[in-house]
Amino acid sequence: MDVLSYFITPLMLWGAWISGGILERRHLKGLLLLESGSREVLAITIEDLPPDWHVESCELVMGNVVISQDYFKRFAASIKGIFGGNIGVFEPLLERARREALIRMKGVAHARGYHTIINVRLETTTLARSRPDGKGTAGVEILAYGTAITLSEAWRALPGGGGASARPFA
Amino acid sequence: MIISNTQEIPGKTIVEFFGVVSGSTVRAKHIGKDIMATLKNVVGGELKGYTALLTEARGEAMRRMSYQAEDMGANAIVNVRFATSSVAQGAAELFAYGTAVTVE
Repeated sequence: MDVLSYFITPLMLWGAWISGGILERRHLKGLLLLESGSREVLAITIEDLPPDWHVESCELVMGNVVISQDYFKRFAASIKGIFGGNIGVFEPLLERARREALIRMKGVAHARGYHTIINVRLETTTLARSRPDGKGTAGVEILAYGTAITLSEAWRALPGGGGASARPFA
Repeated sequence: MIISNTQEIPGKTIVEFFGVVSGSTVRAKHIGKDIMATLKNVVGGELKGYTALLTEARGEAMRRMSYQAEDMGANAIVNVRFATSSVAQGAAELFAYGTAVTVE
């Protein structure tokens, strides 16, 4: 039993490395697919609209995702943390989460019939670990939110109107 | 109730301000979901239980905020912001606030 316990941590690290890598690649592949689908919703971070845009209705839309790093990468990051510098293993994680949150926000807007989202904001929150000893689950939540708007039909029909640029594939 | 995170409701004008309205809720997931999330934490990826929890809780916070605005007699909330903080082990506070206004 004692001999076995020496192998558990390396085994978990190895398992997490393999499966974490597979899950990450699968997620990235899925993201590309979803992003190509959500291109018909235009999301912009500016708030002040051009004065000739006639907005008919608006609504707050949001998308969120809680994501966690795999055991192997957390281990790698803790070693890297001793020396400082860029912790490269965390960057793709947060990038993936932000893209996912944006896609979900656009999905909500699209389902409700909106094609433009203005004043988009992204927020990041670290969730508390579920156990007092500092172990247990730790997740990062990314929230994307913005105001979805519809433009009036008459304006959308104008040549070069925002409707056309907002929906390149529609 | 029109809710927007822009300073004014696009296409409408603000005629009256009512002041700050807010709504908050503190949530924790039950132990079964926490165990699932702990297992998921080994391989990484999305913690779906937590995503659902936060979506739900944020909806509740927004509902409370809009009830408050309704009580004041407002018909819209502008400049809505969100804040999330971890108040205890495994619990999170979701807070939404904005300015209640009347628009035309």
